[in-house]
Amino acid sequence: MGAVCAIQMAYNLQNPIVPRYLIGLGTRETMLLEFSSTIVALILAGKVGSNIASELGTMRVTEQIDALEMMGVNSACYLILPKIAAFVFFIPVLTVFSMAIGLLGGYVASFSTAGLTPHDYVVGITSFFRPFYVTYALIKSLVFAFIIASVSSYHGYYAFGGALEVGKSSTHAVVYSSIVVLMFNLILTKLLL
Amino acid sequence: MIEVKNVCKEFSDVKVLYDICAEFLPGKTNLTIGQSGSGKTVLLKCIAGLHSVTSGDILYDGRSFCAMNEKQRKEIRKEMGMVFQGGALFDSNTVEENVMFPLEMFTRMTFEERRERANECLKRVNIINANKKYPSEISGGMQKRVAIARAIALNPKYLYCDEPNSGLDPVTSIVIDNLIKDITVEYNITTIVNTHDMNSVMEIGDKIIFIYKGRKKWEGTSAEIFSSGVKELDDFVFASERMKKIREMSK
Ligand SMILES: Nc1ncnc2c1ncn2[C@@H]1O[C@H](COP(=O)(O)OP(=O)(O)O)[C@@H](O)[C@H]1O
Ligand SMILES: [Mg+2]
Repeated sequence: MGAVCAIQMAYNLQNPIVPRYLIGLGTRETMLLEFSSTIVALILAGKVGSNIASELGTMRVTEQIDALEMMGVNSACYLILPKIAAFVFFIPVLTVFSMAIGLLGGYVASFSTAGLTPHDYVVGITSFFRPFYVTYALIKSLVFAFIIASVSSYHGYYAFGGALEVGKSSTHAVVYSSIVVLMFNLILTKLLL
Repeated sequence: MIEVKNVCKEFSDVKVLYDICAEFLPGKTNLTIGQSGSGKTVLLKCIAGLHSVTSGDILYDGRSFCAMNEKQRKEIRKEMGMVFQGGALFDSNTVEENVMFPLEMFTRMTFEERRERANECLKRVNIINANKKYPSEISGGMQKRVAIARAIALNPKYLYCDEPNSGLDPVTSIVIDNLIKDITVEYNITTIVNTHDMNSVMEIGDKIIFIYKGRKKWEGTSAEIFSSGVKELDDFVFASERMKKIREMSK
């Protein structure tokens, strides 16, 4: 993502008046503000969301959830809470990781892109840094993780029917968690920035 | 003793059970029979409290199950064992862990005690040397038997089996049927078995309840089933042409 960002910025900002380090700066801001949290969340909605929904859905239609209830277990707490907790706990790591990889990608791209040198890029990504942007991205990613895990759990947990419905529930999980993530992206950006 | 009193059950818009009344006695294998989709599973889950009833009541030794709070229900759940249609073993646990699970939830036994009890139950259902296997690695008949072992781990007073021999060959079916019957008599359990298999009906049915499209149409013993005079039941029992011929011959 970082590489693509850098290349596109370089392509669009080919203007003698614009200082070239702005390309690096722009790449950094885009990565921090949007891609590392939102795009990663959307990708994970596809992966984690469908995973959670199909796992819970399978447990539902094979009556494993009923079996848990019979044994006096509060199945919702027992199955869903750990998933939400684990995902919310782990997503900051993924987000920071994606920031680093993205910035590195831009750096690699700067070697072969016309109108951008590695030096300009490094100057760009190291100037005018605002730590709050990282906080902002982390806050967003925490919220997104919660949304993805809970929306997907809901769809899996309340699946009814057979194998076909499990498939459907996991599709719904991905679609709805993506939509809710995008909506909250707007809301959080309005609130935080 | 379990009494089912005028139970009706609706799901949002569809009515599944209409005014069911029945009594289930200890030490007996009570069968609920009926076609697929007639509402046997729903009735069993209402009795076990997995579905709430829309109207009517379920009495356990005279105590109303529907009026109980969560804590009282949990007390009674301790005395219930359930074998679900597909076995419903936990995929990510081994056979042994599956049988140990209810013990972990309801008792204060140590790990060793639990394992010992689990092995006892597994031996009772003739599962040997499969303790460390996962449910996906054993056959359907074995899964059912492990499910039975899990259901009896806590020495239940009530045992519910939902189509314990669906999808099994006739020989394995009989093994499972006899197992259920033996356990019932051995521990004086109130057992309710859902089935649509006529073999089990004749083999183990002490008392039989016939459900047709959510209504109870008939109840009696396996000896009376051929002379019930209820048209829907006759259609169910003599579904195949061969059975009809046998009936003609015996007349
Ligand atoms: N959770 C549910 N929501 C809506 N309908 C249900 C639900 N569970 C069962 N049903 C309906 O109740 C009817 C009876 O089902 P069931 O008790 O499973 O039949 P069976 O006698 O084969 O066990 C079916 O028509 C089924 O679609
Ligand atoms: Mg059923």
